[in-house]
Amino acid sequence: MSEWWEATRDHRLLLQHCDGCGSVQHYPRALCITCGSSDLSFREAVGTGVVDSFTVVHRAGEPYVLARVRLTEGPILLTHLDDIAEPRCDMPVLLAWRPLPDGRHLPVFRSADGL
Amino acid sequence: MTVAIAGAAECDLGKTGLDVLTLQSQAVIRALTDAGLTLSDVDGLATNNIGRFPVIQLAEYLGLRPRWCDSTFVGGSAFEMYVARAAQAIDAGQCSTVVISYASNQRSARSRTLTAAGDEYESPYRPLYPASYYAMVAQRYLHTYGLDRRHLAQVAVSARERAQRNPKAWTYGAGPLTVEEVLAAPLVSSPLGVLDCCLVTDGGGAVVLTSLERARDLPRPPAVVLGCGEMLDHTSMATAKDLLRTGAVESGRTALRAAGLTPADIDVIQLYDAFTISVPLGLEQLGFAAPGEGLSVTTPMNTGGGGLAYCHPGQFGVLLLVEAVRQLRETSAETALVHGTGGIFSSHATVILGVDR
Repeated sequence: MSEWWEATRDHRLLLQHCDGCGSVQHYPRALCITCGSSDLSFREAVGTGVVDSFTVVHRAGEPYVLARVRLTEGPILLTHLDDIAEPRCDMPVLLAWRPLPDGRHLPVFRSADGL
Repeated sequence: MTVAIAGAAECDLGKTGLDVLTLQSQAVIRALTDAGLTLSDVDGLATNNIGRFPVIQLAEYLGLRPRWCDSTFVGGSAFEMYVARAAQAIDAGQCSTVVISYASNQRSARSRTLTAAGDEYESPYRPLYPASYYAMVAQRYLHTYGLDRRHLAQVAVSARERAQRNPKAWTYGAGPLTVEEVLAAPLVSSPLGVLDCCLVTDGGGAVVLTSLERARDLPRPPAVVLGCGEMLDHTSMATAKDLLRTGAVESGRTALRAAGLTPADIDVIQLYDAFTISVPLGLEQLGFAAPGEGLSVTTPMNTGGGGLAYCHPGQFGVLLLVEAVRQLRETSAETALVHGTGGIFSSHATVILGVDR
């Protein structure tokens, strides 16, 4: 399923859509977990969502904010919240990208407030 | 069902300096002695956490050739599942006497070999496994019900209090814990701090199952297996649609229905308290309280101090059973609900035990 990671090079967050029943799922699989169909295609997510929950992780180095973001399309993504001073559940967030050393990018989220 | 727990025991707990098979042997022999049985009576064996073929390795070490085994590996709830499988096997005549056993020396060995959240879509975000998942559940729980860390801290305070009555507890003699101490402890994964997390200790235990008919002729009063239930859930952190809805709902309901009981009929609860949040949410999911009201349950629970204050050897499920048996033998409790959880609310298994009547 490296197509998903390749798309991050162009700042595109892909979600797997079932051509049979229309379900949207994440993470990508070889079958649709709603109807069992193997006719699946990737479509780009709109990049909006809300924080389902979050936790500030304290380990060696700077703390970081791990979160579950419920995307507008439905699926939930494990991700980071960046530059949000006081995260809270149910706050709206927008997709942002953090570069990885190999040219891929990691999808993260920032506050949608004030935009 | 017509199967009972006839023997139960702990191995050495805490920081033992012993290897896992030595601890396992202690647990098995002590539980058999408690049951008035010997190794030669054992024809079924269930365990995990030893090398590549856990149950074969333990059988060989004990000099056994079991004709029934189980080594289901789903985290700390596996032992409640073994009870269900063993009861079926004994009922079906596949074997007559099953030992369910577990031990870990994780504190002495200074090594915890937990599966990482190795999934390629989640590991780049470096979640602490399992703490960050429980932390996100706790965050959502507190947000949904308008509570704060102080409320969860009370769970750790109560666990410490109960452990002061259990000489085998890791925190026995440590004195009471205050809410302020829980809040002041270093954060691990907010809102959970160090004292919201279970202990890291050596330890383990074993239980012996046989037919109720045979158990009645043995020295200790049988703890009758009245009902079992289980439910597998997610293993990734983003899969659950609702963090506050776990497989404990189905697991508990199935077990209670099999036993013909309701939560109101349960005298004592042994609930897997890996983290403080596990307690209120677990009690709600099992039907002991309405959503958001799990902290107000008054049914006696985790009577030995639980994973937060007594012992937590990586997988705590077998010790939930040992404590439930002790309660049925030594107190006025006639029914016990034992609920195991594995991973990040990944697996759930419930066993209802009762006195023989």
